[in-house]
Amino acid sequence: MSINVQYFARYRETLGIDSEQVEGEFASIDALRLHLLKRDGVWQVLAEQNLMCARNQEMCQLGEPLQAGDEVAFFPTVTGG
Amino acid sequence: MAIRVQSAQFDPGAEVNALHAANVGVGAVVSFVGYVRDFNEGREVSGMFLEHYPGMTEKALAKIVVEAEQRWPLLKLEVLHRVGALEPGEPIVFVGVASAHRQAAFEACDFVMDYLKTRAPFWKKENTSEGPKWVDGRESDKAAAGRWE
Repeated sequence: MSINVQYFARYRETLGIDSEQVEGEFASIDALRLHLLKRDGVWQVLAEQNLMCARNQEMCQLGEPLQAGDEVAFFPTVTGG
Repeated sequence: MAIRVQSAQFDPGAEVNALHAANVGVGAVVSFVGYVRDFNEGREVSGMFLEHYPGMTEKALAKIVVEAEQRWPLLKLEVLHRVGALEPGEPIVFVGVASAHRQAAFEACDFVMDYLKTRAPFWKKENTSEGPKWVDGRESDKAAAGRWE
């Protein structure tokens, strides 16, 4: 499956990209995250405890199941208002 | 309901007036305005940049507004949030609620801000005296939002 992955704020800056297409079989957002964590160095930012995520522009838990074509976003704690 | 995400400045007074202008059934308007401060966590702040997640931002705000309208009898609810470059003293966010009686307006305004702080995809990056710094999320904001669950 192909997943459109987006990164925001501090994660976007740390990783040096704002989005990418990731290919593979991922049962959940967490499976996708663990796949990305196999990349070394800066990618360990995705292991942060306060990491938040969204599937198809709706905030969710890491256990959220994935389907081909989904848009997934990873970002640090939101700080608007 | 009205949701606006914009980079342009706005006039909080005009927003408040508009909340009851077209409806004489409105007996109460409660509003909150958040401003950029020139100081945060021991550092001087000369400005900030507000990043957001276009698309999700509007959806997340709409969801919060719908929930507020389900919980309280409201006549009007407006959420306005700025993005992009902001300077100290400028308004960042406006939440305005109109209802027949004050209690619903007070509570709904408080609720919308608590949920916006923890569920809407905005991120602040401050230009501080020690360089640019992403603002960290606060546990107290999470606790405040938890009051409504």
